[in-house]
Amino acid sequence: MRSLALRSALPPVVLGVLVLVAWQLVVELGDIQPYLLPAPTAILTQLVLVLPVLWAALLATGSNALIGLVAGAVLAIGMALLASRLGFIDELLTPIVAAVAVVPIVALAPVLTTMYGATSETPRRVIVAIVVFVPVFINTLRGLRQVRPVHRDLMRAYAATNWQVSRTVTIPGALPYVFTGLNIASSLAVISAIVAEYFGGLQNGLGSRITSAAANSAYPRAWAYVFGAILLGVVFYLGTLAIERAVSRRTAR
Amino acid sequence: MTTLDAVHVNQATKRFEAKKGDGVTALDEVNLTIRAGEFVSLIGPSGCGKSTLLRLIADLDQPTAGSVTVFGKTARQARLDQDYGIAFQSAGLLPWRTVAANIELPLQLHRVAPAKRALKVAELMSLVGLADFAESFPDQLSGGMQQRVAIARSLAESPELLLMDEPFGALDEMTRERMQTELVRICAETGAAVVFVTHSIPEAVFLSDRVVVMSPRPGRIVAIVDVALGEARGEMLREEEGFFDSVTEVREALHRVPGGAGETVRPDGAARGVDLR
Repeated sequence: MRSLALRSALPPVVLGVLVLVAWQLVVELGDIQPYLLPAPTAILTQLVLVLPVLWAALLATGSNALIGLVAGAVLAIGMALLASRLGFIDELLTPIVAAVAVVPIVALAPVLTTMYGATSETPRRVIVAIVVFVPVFINTLRGLRQVRPVHRDLMRAYAATNWQVSRTVTIPGALPYVFTGLNIASSLAVISAIVAEYFGGLQNGLGSRITSAAANSAYPRAWAYVFGAILLGVVFYLGTLAIERAVSRRTAR
Repeated sequence: MTTLDAVHVNQATKRFEAKKGDGVTALDEVNLTIRAGEFVSLIGPSGCGKSTLLRLIADLDQPTAGSVTVFGKTARQARLDQDYGIAFQSAGLLPWRTVAANIELPLQLHRVAPAKRALKVAELMSLVGLADFAESFPDQLSGGMQQRVAIARSLAESPELLLMDEPFGALDEMTRERMQTELVRICAETGAAVVFVTHSIPEAVFLSDRVVVMSPRPGRIVAIVDVALGEARGEMLREEEGFFDSVTEVREALHRVPGGAGETVRPDGAARGVDLR
């Protein structure tokens, strides 16, 4: 088991190290200026220097993304359950979801930031929730509609109640689809939480740090925050993956 | 035990309306009575309405005209009272539930006490020879084993009527014969009446007290063949003369069916007739 994990983890790690070494060599041998491309060692030095600030920024952006993700996902799953059960809610929601799906966050972010004031985290969380809602809702609803005819016949033969059908067949069968939606949503949550910070408001998150570092021509520092952002995205993605593993040991087919 | 007939189909007609055109008459004024404890197979080419007839008995579809009674009640009431167990061509197990939990499903839905459930599940698993696989998941089992789980599940509430829609249709010939022998044994133990839909003549003859031969467009019963092979049916039966006589009799009844054996091309070009093996 351990050697298997090692064998699957080793190639990407080796590749990553090789890329970093090549990067360093290109920057040093090619005498490339930091505003074009800083060396990995320079970025690492900055990373260590700004570590306390980076940590605070990670927490600020991370908690916005997490709160927005949970709120948006809970709302989306609840609405999808309603829509799958009640036809008129489905008809009401479909055009609204289509509208929400095309809302550009870059258009919405300045409006919300001004509405809620410059000292509030709320606009960022609202933006994350809106962005997260769409993929979770669409995938969950699709999953809830994927009941195999043989299972539908079987539950009818058992004279099962609507609630029993949901609990024993529909919801467990939809879980893999819910997690597909959540996997997409988890990356989107981090991206939109960072992008939302570009439009003013509190200057405590990764997005604000990246813009201010870049504005001060401190490119290695900007890159250090970028790596922080990548790290946050990976943590969110692995988090949902871990929950998926724990919840659905067997996926429905 | 009831002395009522298990199933009584009276002048049942089922039409499927099409958006354009005339629609399809899947069953046309069909009459059939199945006695308690009797094993009856429905056989015929694709489109003869044999599965539709089974679905009417199960109240999964309703007849356009005519009536279906099960143990003297309407089909709907019999379904609500859980008077029958059912198995389909695909096992239809819930992939996220273990074998034991799948067999337990109907008992759980109908609020049988957990201790009683566990007892019944253990009994059923040894009946179908899967006692060692209680905690396995369906995707870890072969097709034949999954089908045995489905049969155990259909027997969970000790029904006096079993409805089976080509349950062995997707299995290879060896597994299929073994499953047939097991089904004969299980039916002898439970004394349930069985309505069994199949494509295979030897399968119908091996299992049944009576074989109902049906014809397509519109679906009708053209012959009912009595199979007098007695109660004890083992592997040796497959090589006896009486078995072949009955196979021949069913085959000849099917040959008189338009679109039956020997004439397997359907209007849509799909060649799928009756399995003559």
